[in-house]
Amino acid sequence: MKKKIGTVWLGGCSGCHMSLLDIDERILDVAALADIVKSPVVDSKEFPDVDVAIVEGAIITDQHLTEVRHIRAHSKILIALGNCAVTANVPAYRNRVTKEEALKCAYVDASSNDSAGQMPDSPELGKLLDRVRPLHEAVKVDYYIPGCPPSADLIFYVLSELLNGRTPNLDKEKLKYG
Amino acid sequence: MNASFTITIDNQSVEATPGESLLEVCRKANIPLPVMCDFKGLSPVGACRLCLVEIEGVPKLLPACTTLVAPNQAVHTQSDKLRKYRRMIIELIFSERNHICAICVANNNCELQKMAYELGMDHVRFPYLTPVCEVDASHEKYVMDHNRCILCTRCVRVCSEIEGAMTRDVMGRGFDARIITEFKQPWGDSTGCTSCGKCVQVCPTGALTPNDAAQGRLKKNPELVALLIEKREAKP
Repeated sequence: MKKKIGTVWLGGCSGCHMSLLDIDERILDVAALADIVKSPVVDSKEFPDVDVAIVEGAIITDQHLTEVRHIRAHSKILIALGNCAVTANVPAYRNRVTKEEALKCAYVDASSNDSAGQMPDSPELGKLLDRVRPLHEAVKVDYYIPGCPPSADLIFYVLSELLNGRTPNLDKEKLKYG
Repeated sequence: MNASFTITIDNQSVEATPGESLLEVCRKANIPLPVMCDFKGLSPVGACRLCLVEIEGVPKLLPACTTLVAPNQAVHTQSDKLRKYRRMIIELIFSERNHICAICVANNNCELQKMAYELGMDHVRFPYLTPVCEVDASHEKYVMDHNRCILCTRCVRVCSEIEGAMTRDVMGRGFDARIITEFKQPWGDSTGCTSCGKCVQVCPTGALTPNDAAQGRLKKNPELVALLIEKREAKP
């Protein structure tokens, strides 16, 4: 029985997904063992039941929080992919100011706005949470792959270990934060 | 000259001289210990707590850098308990300031980053405090970024003990503690600083850097300062 993989990006830059694509032809080895049933490159709506969920990005908005909780409830293994998911990384820089100040800084005060900037208020947009948080502050995370972005080799190593029923071991030679 | 004696470290007999620290004895015996605040030739302060060891008969863990050898000491440098505490300590250091490796000039050239790899830190279990920290770029050659400072005080010690300028100190306590220049003035306004750059070379992170270093391009040469200290101590 083939395993199911789902990937998602929350508050991140998608760089970790670019790195995931950089596994190049090894995607065929992954495809032999698993189907990628949900991903930014797969068209589907709600995050389905999966064996392995790969989550990129920090929790920035209420939508991210709802989504990561949903993903946790529908996945056997949850991987925090990349520094934003693991540490909250660059998005967490706004934790030193209030969310109102952060929004004002970006949408109103930024010089590129020519003093005509307005706060976006579409109901489609997620609402900023008070603090940007790494995934493990909201849900249980099974494996952490730090890196900005993590290398394709490391992502493939973790995936192939998990899909072959082994436990990936991120020892000191494999760890990289920058 | 005091007579040397033998102590036991990790069940191996090691020769020690009165007045030596456990860290010095471990180094001579090639027994590795994680350290961040220690710098050979500067006085030990026990600030980072990473070199904690277990000593039989002593109920608490003690830092090897500030604990002196004593006859019949039985020391353990590796145990599950020590590994647990060292991992906790490195995580607390990361949670206390804004150590964002991806945008740091010291990325891939950072003793703190290397130590975290060494201790197997794949994530930080404590909430990040994300304090508001200043960046002092007033000096003509160097920058002090408090976001990356771990308060090891190597800069304070090298400035007073080796350069003799004594322009650096620590102000405030705990969460609010900051390295300051003179009486907390902009570094560029300091009249005591000789701009020798020793503090920059011994800083283990991206807290003190030359102001022309781009992200991930920082090169430091702490060995040069270590050599200088050695030469000064050598008797002609």
